[in-house]
Amino acid sequence: MAIEANGKTFETDEEGYLTNLAEWEPAVADAMAAEDDLPLTEEHWEILNFLREYYEEYQIAPAVRVLTKAVGKRLGKEKGNSKYLYALFPYGPGKQACRFAGLPKPTGCI
Amino acid sequence: MAGAEFKTPELSEFIEVPKLVEGTMEHITCFVAKPDHQEALGFPGEKVENWKEVAIDKMGDLLSRYRSFQVFMDACVKCGSCTDKCHYFLGTQDPKNMPVGRQDLLRKVYRRYFTFAGKYFPKLVGAEDLTEEIIDDWYSYFHQCSQCRRCSVFCPYGIDTAEISMAAREILDSIGVGQKYCNEIIGKVHKIGNNLGLPGPAIENTLEGLEEDVYDETEVAVKYPLDVKGADILLVTPSADFFAEPHVDGLIGYGKVFHEAGVSWTLSTTASEAGNFGMFIGSYENMRRVSLRIRQAALELGVKRIVFGECGHAWRIAYSFLNTLAGPFDFLDPDYPVPQHICEYTLNEIEKGTLELDKSENDEMSITFHDSCNVARASRMGDKPGGQFEIPRKVIKAVVNNYHDMEWDTIHERTYCCGGGGGILTDDLMEVRVKGAKPRMSAFKNVMEEKGVTHLAAICAICKSQFTKVFPYYGMDMFQIVSVHQLVSNAIVMNRKTPPEEAPGYGEDDDEE
Repeated sequence: MAIEANGKTFETDEEGYLTNLAEWEPAVADAMAAEDDLPLTEEHWEILNFLREYYEEYQIAPAVRVLTKAVGKRLGKEKGNSKYLYALFPYGPGKQACRFAGLPKPTGCI
Repeated sequence: MAGAEFKTPELSEFIEVPKLVEGTMEHITCFVAKPDHQEALGFPGEKVENWKEVAIDKMGDLLSRYRSFQVFMDACVKCGSCTDKCHYFLGTQDPKNMPVGRQDLLRKVYRRYFTFAGKYFPKLVGAEDLTEEIIDDWYSYFHQCSQCRRCSVFCPYGIDTAEISMAAREILDSIGVGQKYCNEIIGKVHKIGNNLGLPGPAIENTLEGLEEDVYDETEVAVKYPLDVKGADILLVTPSADFFAEPHVDGLIGYGKVFHEAGVSWTLSTTASEAGNFGMFIGSYENMRRVSLRIRQAALELGVKRIVFGECGHAWRIAYSFLNTLAGPFDFLDPDYPVPQHICEYTLNEIEKGTLELDKSENDEMSITFHDSCNVARASRMGDKPGGQFEIPRKVIKAVVNNYHDMEWDTIHERTYCCGGGGGILTDDLMEVRVKGAKPRMSAFKNVMEEKGVTHLAAICAICKSQFTKVFPYYGMDMFQIVSVHQLVSNAIVMNRKTPPEEAPGYGEDDDEE
């Protein structure tokens, strides 16, 4: 599988995650979101940017609670909860947002 | 995105035995493990050329290693007791999801190659040659079994379909056709230490965050220690407890209980996973390798006791197999069970009177308890028969005012699986998960309507994640699932005050604020 973005072709796995995470660029997120019929707004990008920062430091997606807390701190308390994140990313902040942001899929009992 | 469109079953007042419809689920498949997932576990990377011989040899190997498997292949008399006991059959109407139907997928091949009658008169005894189509059927239908063992409760011979599923998956792995979900995860445990692949610094960061949150809420400096040598208790908990909700609320609760009990405890980066997917794929070698991490951590940290957090199949392995897989644990304090369940630990503290509990903190909820399969049917808790049913309920009833059980034939040893156990908790099997949840959803809906129950409490990471996902399919809210120790966490009164210098961030510059 593959996805077109910015005039380039990016290989993805069967679940739609980038095969080579190092290739990620913002256009990939927009292309993936377009496939999900979910145009990315500034609110979405605030989350995606945090995910990328966290991933660069810890090599893993942040826990849901870490994410909601960071969002609450940066963007205001009313946004620091799972409901806000699910409203932005209906398939789940962990899975859908991670895919857009070029993070590996969280696995396990989640 | 994952899976094709499908229709969510409608819930009825009673759990009815559906009409048979052949082949409703034969389209189901799940992602096959990549070569590197396979090889990390000691399996061939891709389907081997001589798959037929290898599969039959593997079956022979398993028959010689596990007497139970041999008995299960031989003993079925087709009495029919199991037919309507599987949640996947009840939710899908597919006869191959009847336990006997599922077993026969393997049994017909067993008969052909390992019995006299099957070798010489195959048609008379329903024996069949192993073909590519049968391999595909195995891959599909043995990934529609959550190894919950409900059918085995009703089988007069005690045939355990879970063990048959495990054997089938091990045969599939041996020919290079493994499941991506399980095998990728086991690889992460071997390499990083937990199912999620959380490296030590990420766990540390998460735990620091929890310390801040609990301090903000209670003004007590509850610690969530990691890799502390010389602690009394090593807590081994599913990595989902660090990551997901409502799991993490349970972890917060464990910490509060330990704090109020005044014991020293620690988590470990080496043993940062209670779960052991080695069991799901029937691989003794992988199950052992995963278990040995716990032994190693206990030795390195010099702990006296091991306590397991809320994880269903982990508790089966801990209670039933840990000593043979990774024992002897003669270096631990013999005055305590090896290992102990967190519910058992908490109940002891409640009964000793160590914990002050304010039940009214949970008054906004009315609770019912979901017995997780592997705890209910494959282990025990405490020192009395049925402890695995009574202990979690006693803990819940000590911390909530409103509690009601679901119907008697859907709880205790007759509990229905959440629909996501045994390696099924993956998006590519969503149809199986949603349809298999139907009996549990029916029972939960009934207790909601009849008794005003609002929340379902569980002690298994898989159950919690599965319910979060499938509730919305049935018109319920994803937040209706709670951890048992989340309820404890809400009710516990923090009486052991801590000196200010123990507070998170004490003495650090607050320039950022």
